[in-house]
Amino acid sequence: MIPGVEGFMYPNEVALQWSLLIVLYPYITGLVAGAFILASLERVFKVDAVRPTYRLALLTALAFLLVAPLPLQLHLGHPERSMEMYLTPHSSSAMAMFGFVYLWYLMAVLLLEIWLEYRADIVRLAQTTNGWTGLVYKALTLGSMNVSPAARRIDDKVGFAVTVIGIPSAFLLHGYVGFIFGSVKANPWWSTPLMPVVFLFSAMASGIAGVLLLYMASMKLKKMPIDMPCVDAIAKYLFYTFVIDFSLEMLDLVHRTYEAGESFRSLDFMVHTRLWASQVILQICIGTLVPLALLALTQLFPIRAAARRAIYVASGLLVMIGIFAMRWNVVIGGQLFSKSFLGYTSFKLEFAAREGLLTAIGLMILPFVIFVVLVKLLPPWPERKTTEALGD
Amino acid sequence: MRQFLRDSGHLVRPAVVLVVGIAAFLLIRTALIPKAFGKYGHYDAAALDRIRQHPVAFAGQDTCVMCHDDQAKARAAGKHAHVSCEACHGPQAAHANADDPSAHKPALPDVANLCRRCHEKDAAKPNDFPQVVTAEHSGGALCTACHQPHNPHL
Amino acid sequence: MDLSRRDLFAAGGKLLILASVGATLEQITGAAPPSESYNVAEHWWGMIVDIDKCIGCGNCVRACSKENQVPQGYFRTWVERYQVGEDQQPHVDSPNGDIDGFPADTRTDVKSFFVPKLCNHCADSPCVQVCPVGATFVSPDGVVLVDKNYCLGCRYCIQACPYGCRYLHPETNTADKCTLCYHRITQGLTTACCEACPTGARQLVDFKNPQDPVHEYLRHNKVQVLKPYMATGAKVYYKDLDGSVR
Repeated sequence: MIPGVEGFMYPNEVALQWSLLIVLYPYITGLVAGAFILASLERVFKVDAVRPTYRLALLTALAFLLVAPLPLQLHLGHPERSMEMYLTPHSSSAMAMFGFVYLWYLMAVLLLEIWLEYRADIVRLAQTTNGWTGLVYKALTLGSMNVSPAARRIDDKVGFAVTVIGIPSAFLLHGYVGFIFGSVKANPWWSTPLMPVVFLFSAMASGIAGVLLLYMASMKLKKMPIDMPCVDAIAKYLFYTFVIDFSLEMLDLVHRTYEAGESFRSLDFMVHTRLWASQVILQICIGTLVPLALLALTQLFPIRAAARRAIYVASGLLVMIGIFAMRWNVVIGGQLFSKSFLGYTSFKLEFAAREGLLTAIGLMILPFVIFVVLVKLLPPWPERKTTEALGD
Repeated sequence: MRQFLRDSGHLVRPAVVLVVGIAAFLLIRTALIPKAFGKYGHYDAAALDRIRQHPVAFAGQDTCVMCHDDQAKARAAGKHAHVSCEACHGPQAAHANADDPSAHKPALPDVANLCRRCHEKDAAKPNDFPQVVTAEHSGGALCTACHQPHNPHL
Repeated sequence: MDLSRRDLFAAGGKLLILASVGATLEQITGAAPPSESYNVAEHWWGMIVDIDKCIGCGNCVRACSKENQVPQGYFRTWVERYQVGEDQQPHVDSPNGDIDGFPADTRTDVKSFFVPKLCNHCADSPCVQVCPVGATFVSPDGVVLVDKNYCLGCRYCIQACPYGCRYLHPETNTADKCTLCYHRITQGLTTACCEACPTGARQLVDFKNPQDPVHEYLRHNKVQVLKPYMATGAKVYYKDLDGSVR
């Protein structure tokens, strides 16, 4: 009897191959994609209400993007060979596109857009700051101090184009992860054409929720009033996105249950036993139904600003937890059952190992540390004094 | 026009960074890709040769028979004709290839467990395969007390 | 031809010395070893497994383990025992992959048999398809191999294999699996598992060899591959495979 194994598993299947760090990676890139989509709402779709979070969303995206490759590196058997993905990418493998999509998104989209958006401030700060920070700003100017109105108009136009390109790029950055799972015909829990779409919409939900929370927290910390039309608009988009995401996931579930194919009985049993807490309770009830209900309340009924803020914070947190649970259930859940459909194994989460809980916690804290550094370096609210708290 | 170029001149800088980066990458790439990569397909063809260098542990029937034809003849006459030497005696390439094979004499098989592995009665074994409940079969005697392993039929 | 045993032995010894010198040279200089007459284009390897001959002795598992230094707890090949009731729902077990044999079970109220499993060396291999860097591949002679000098250890191939035949080698931290004893079959030997199998349940076959018995065999016997709906182009053909086999 193998400890942790129930029924029969192929001998090589007992140990899980992809663990917590591979749960974390799609979560992080999802936050990147979601934050960027929120930023693009203002820039491309002219939703002016969310303007106060534009720069914040870009910095959030960058902070998480910089951390994104780390869980992958820590997971690889040979991280020193990861260059090979750039040298000899295998065109039939979705995973091979990671290196290029990542670099493209980092350099040609995010960094370029941040540079164009902040250029005027960078030049000003380069001219007024001394010491090491001053050197950093001077380097960031890339040697050009031209911030004439005409130059800035061109910056704006180019920035617009970059954002337009950035939207499908963000979709690709996270969508390909969904395809990595969705295209594995060997694994019926993963194999569905809906997977990239579900991943994308849940990513958008988590990213929007993340920026919402960061904005409200930042305003609180800086003792500045929260722009209610802004958070109302963000919450509205969060609600819509999440409704779509939930519908897609339910569609997948209903479809599977109805067709009841070969793997159904095994998967159904797994959901009712090993995944009950993480999927039904945490992901569906606490992480989806509750925040949807809360957000629906704010969309349907007039509610006082203070109460709305509380609901947004609660929903935002629950959404972020729920989407993490979704990634967990996909990655870990997909490896808990045997491909013979005759057995199950268990996931042993280690604490202080290379792919353990401590590492994961560290990797989740790191983007916030980077975020704080970025906010100090490139303040999202340069000349803003106070904004009137509107709403109610 | 000149005004336009002056106003957009700063955009050249990130473009230059990009071009330099790509050029550097292309240079490094040619140096780092294994030489035989792509010869047969999207992989390093030299891997085929490396894998072929793996040492052999089982010499193979034909090698054993080169020296041990007495045992081979005895076996060929009986029911174990299609059981290769190393199936019972284990990997013997070291013994066969040694300068002095007698220095690498294979250990005698552990009869008590060896015969049982094949011949213990089990419902999953084909019905026409000779199998016995060993605990009841020999009254505690070793298989070799009655059966000659190379030609076991009584 | 009058070759004495000694002549044969001497010839074999010479060949071995030549090969080992060449191998050493290759390590030092990177030069190719002296070429034997093996031409990849002339072979297309596969295997035939006859379920009705397998007695579950585990010789194949042990032989593979010794030939290829397979780490304990991991399996390049293994044998499963099926006990199938009338409802065709099987009870399956494979204690330690059958490396120590099965505990005897004499139940006769169910249909029971053994199923040896190994890498199917798929012609349309899903594991090769997903490798991001080209570390695993189908060789020109039809063997799916892993280049352990190039593998990143991302484990995508392990996820993509429908048959569970891959694992991550705990020492090299690269993906590993049955190589169809490539180092043996390219020298005219058979695989370790086929060599050790006492009943001939496993047979190495070469589809490109017109003299290989496989051609006659496939004309006269009903065969199946595992999970045919996966359309992997599996090249391990099972004779008398029951429908309940997973």
